[in-house]
Amino acid sequence: MRSIWRTLDRDLARDIGLVCLADCLVGVSYGAIAVSSGFPLWMPMLLSLLVFAGASQFMFVGIVASGGNPLAAVVAGLLVNARHVPFGFAVGDALGTRWTARIAGSHLMIDESVAFALAQKDAHRRRAAYWACGIGLFVCWNLGVLAGAFAGTAISDTAVFGLDAAFPAVLLALVLPSLKDRAARLPVLLGVVVALATTPFLPAGLPVLLALVGVLAGLAAKEPGERRRDLAEAR
Amino acid sequence: MDGMELLVATGILAAGTFAFRFAGPLLKTRVKLSPRAERLMTLAAVVLLAALVATSTFVEGHGFAGFARPAGVLVGGVLAWRKAPFVVVVVAAAATAALLRLAGVP
Repeated sequence: MRSIWRTLDRDLARDIGLVCLADCLVGVSYGAIAVSSGFPLWMPMLLSLLVFAGASQFMFVGIVASGGNPLAAVVAGLLVNARHVPFGFAVGDALGTRWTARIAGSHLMIDESVAFALAQKDAHRRRAAYWACGIGLFVCWNLGVLAGAFAGTAISDTAVFGLDAAFPAVLLALVLPSLKDRAARLPVLLGVVVALATTPFLPAGLPVLLALVGVLAGLAAKEPGERRRDLAEAR
Repeated sequence: MDGMELLVATGILAAGTFAFRFAGPLLKTRVKLSPRAERLMTLAAVVLLAALVATSTFVEGHGFAGFARPAGVLVGGVLAWRKAPFVVVVVAAAATAALLRLAGVP
């Protein structure tokens, strides 16, 4: 664990810290919204500790608060969280090899920790970024929710601070370097188009999963090695 | 709201979400993926994150999120593309959206 903090340079630590701060404020609003819509105090906190996935928590609380069936809220939340399966395949190696690390690391898997990990160049930094972001966000998110649940409606509308624009901007800044790879551009474009086009009709979570059809475009693309071989044969 | 019902629902959501998260790391201990498959897994995550950027930028519920948020993300995106520091990107995105709303833009 100590090596993680040594690998983490100052810039990366500062970037992660900023995301933690922003998510902490969103956590405050989530806690406040949950309690003010009639949930007992423990409920938003327990969800944050055990589920630890912001979008699905907002979804769960929203559905139950508007009189929906808790089971429907569970299904909606699971649909939103299904993207963690492909995430796990992509960053699974960053977690470490011990079972405790795999289990704890899996729980810390969220959009931001995955994005920070994928943005790093070598395996060592990937691991450091993943864990630092995961642990930092887990602490800050839960502290934020705790504060929001008790303090009430101090920050109930994060839109006033533009925090709703901060989340996509964070992911965009982290994903952008991956687009330098030409082979990633068509799959990403296709995925984005499919997700946006299906969003008006499908339940939340599904459009993002459908974006994976974009990967098919990557599957069709030839490997760099194969391409060279083809060229050689053509000559 | 029934406390017991909420507790059970929370438990199911938590267990299901953990299963999703654990599936990848678990399978990776059993199966050695080819470099090509590894690359496709990374590509899949990048595609998912990009789709998440798009939907969380433009969509609220099932409708259009308004102009302030996409404008903020656009400013952040241009700054990121111009290699501005991460902190500048995020703060500029939030500030743009906040100021536009202050000016009455939805």
